[in-house]
Amino acid sequence: MPGASMRQEPGGGGRSILRLEGEWTLRRFDAGFEELATRLAAFGADSRIDWDLTGITALDSAGAMAVWRAWGKTRREGARVSPVHEPLFARIAAVPQHAAPWVPPDWLKPLVFIGALMMKLGENLLGIAALMGQLVLDFGYLARNPKDIPWREISANVHKAGTLALPVTAMVGFLIGVVLSYLSALQLKNFGADIYIIDILGVGIIREMAPVLVAVLIAGRSGSAMTAHIGVMRVTEEIDAMATMGIPASLRLVLPKVTALAIVTPFLVLWTMASALIGGMLSANYQLGLSMIFFMETLPTVVPIANLYIGFTKGLLFGVVVAVVACHYGLRIRPNTESLSAGTTGSVVTAISSVIMVDAVFAILTMDIGLDL
Amino acid sequence: MAEGAAAGEAPVIEVEGLWTQLGTQLIHKDVDLTVRRGEVMALVGGSGSGKTTLLRHIIGLTRPTRGVVKLFGQSLAGLDRDGQRRVRQRFGTLFQYGALFSALPVFDNIALPLRELRILDEDLIHELVMMKLNLVELEPVHAKKMPAQLSGGMIKRVGLARSLALEPELLVLDEPTAGLDPDRSESFVKLIKTLGRELGLTAIMVTHDLDTLFTLADRVAVLAEQRIIALGTVDEIAGVPHPFIRNFFQGERADRARKMAAAGAQH
Repeated sequence: MPGASMRQEPGGGGRSILRLEGEWTLRRFDAGFEELATRLAAFGADSRIDWDLTGITALDSAGAMAVWRAWGKTRREGARVSPVHEPLFARIAAVPQHAAPWVPPDWLKPLVFIGALMMKLGENLLGIAALMGQLVLDFGYLARNPKDIPWREISANVHKAGTLALPVTAMVGFLIGVVLSYLSALQLKNFGADIYIIDILGVGIIREMAPVLVAVLIAGRSGSAMTAHIGVMRVTEEIDAMATMGIPASLRLVLPKVTALAIVTPFLVLWTMASALIGGMLSANYQLGLSMIFFMETLPTVVPIANLYIGFTKGLLFGVVVAVVACHYGLRIRPNTESLSAGTTGSVVTAISSVIMVDAVFAILTMDIGLDL
Repeated sequence: MAEGAAAGEAPVIEVEGLWTQLGTQLIHKDVDLTVRRGEVMALVGGSGSGKTTLLRHIIGLTRPTRGVVKLFGQSLAGLDRDGQRRVRQRFGTLFQYGALFSALPVFDNIALPLRELRILDEDLIHELVMMKLNLVELEPVHAKKMPAQLSGGMIKRVGLARSLALEPELLVLDEPTAGLDPDRSESFVKLIKTLGRELGLTAIMVTHDLDTLFTLADRVAVLAEQRIIALGTVDEIAGVPHPFIRNFFQGERADRARKMAAAGAQH
């Protein structure tokens, strides 16, 4: 059976008849549809043509719409349509035609965009501040009602965010230690200052690298999971269900996560420091011939213990930042897939950048501590 | 259309000797089912009787352990990618929860299958989408809304519009009225009935709802004990002496539904 085709025949009085034949259905249209539509439009513009659609064997709404459009979106005067296809045209004619209102170009768009961005930033800051306030209230409540402390949730989060993160943090820490030591050794050798590798690794890893590295890993690993977890619970109305049972979401979902990361991150930092130092030590031994015993003996004398405390404190702070940011984004997720992906991305990106910002502030504040050179 | 001429004679759906085994559990045991052109077939059965599994086999989302499923005389399993797509374009599916793409507004949800064809221009797609919206009795203002902003009944209507976008010959409905209140459910069933008649659709549906069954179904297949225990018109089925069927069709609920359907038919 033929696909859509048309044929022009001369009629009486300078007029002509356009006969449409074959199957005018979506399934029969192919790559040649564009050309067909152009030809139809050309015929449609000519008022001396009478249309005859009775030769069409199969017509669906796509085919009818193509013809309708060629007619200028009204019923063509004198067009012959077979009775079986009449309802289809009636359907099309019944679609309310509303001209799209003319929208003036918006010159302020870039300004509005920046404004919206700022508003969003402010909104997020406000949300995070509110969440922190809620946390403080919750801690206050728990201090008065210790039986409500969500031990199980805290312990589960400690396990998920801490214990299960041990292998990956150890591996990354070790490799970073090796790389750092290798690169520094190359430079130090030129100056004959081999011995300073211990100072560089000690201060660099303990004070700076380990906490930031752990924070980035935690943000990617646990932060995203927390956002998705809370987000999906919101989508499936589980949080509302909890609320109706008198279980506040902040107490059972947010507080355990923040507490768990606050507990676990300093230890992860310690653990990463150790593996990074071991990596650096092995590399120094291999490259500079520095004995490991000597490395370990010298480390405490050149790196004041204050650096360890700073690293530890940073770990705690970063853990709280990551958890709060993750929970904030999780609670803002709306019930659709787009929002879930945007929320998770936003959570990780914001967590990492906030950690770096907090780190910078911390570096300025602790300038005089632990760096007696 | 050569394939159409050949397929015109063949039943729309043919299921032959279908077995399904999930793990150690046998779900279907030698199931046969034929849906003829133009009829509305309903699958009913208790929870866990494998209605939805059978439906998923039919539309090619899953493969049975054994047996053949043919759509329009062709087995999806034996076709290459292009052939599969051509067959899939001939049926539209309305999922239980609408399955609208939540990241896209209503308009784009309906336009998506049309755009995927890559032959129509955007202007025609716009006209067609607006027509489909009108077809399922939704106002044009809803076109810009996101699925999350719609009520349950509207989600179903948009889902129906989307399943009709490619002018299908077969409509597959999974629990078309689940989650709708009686009022909405009734009007939605009425809409499906009108559209089905107007567009000359064949349909297969899974349903629990007696009103839907009495209003829409030409024939009913009852799934129980891993096979189809009864097949026929609603009235024929209702007389079959089987505990499940007696439970399902007899009782106050069924009487009321039957009366309503009869009253509806007189209008």
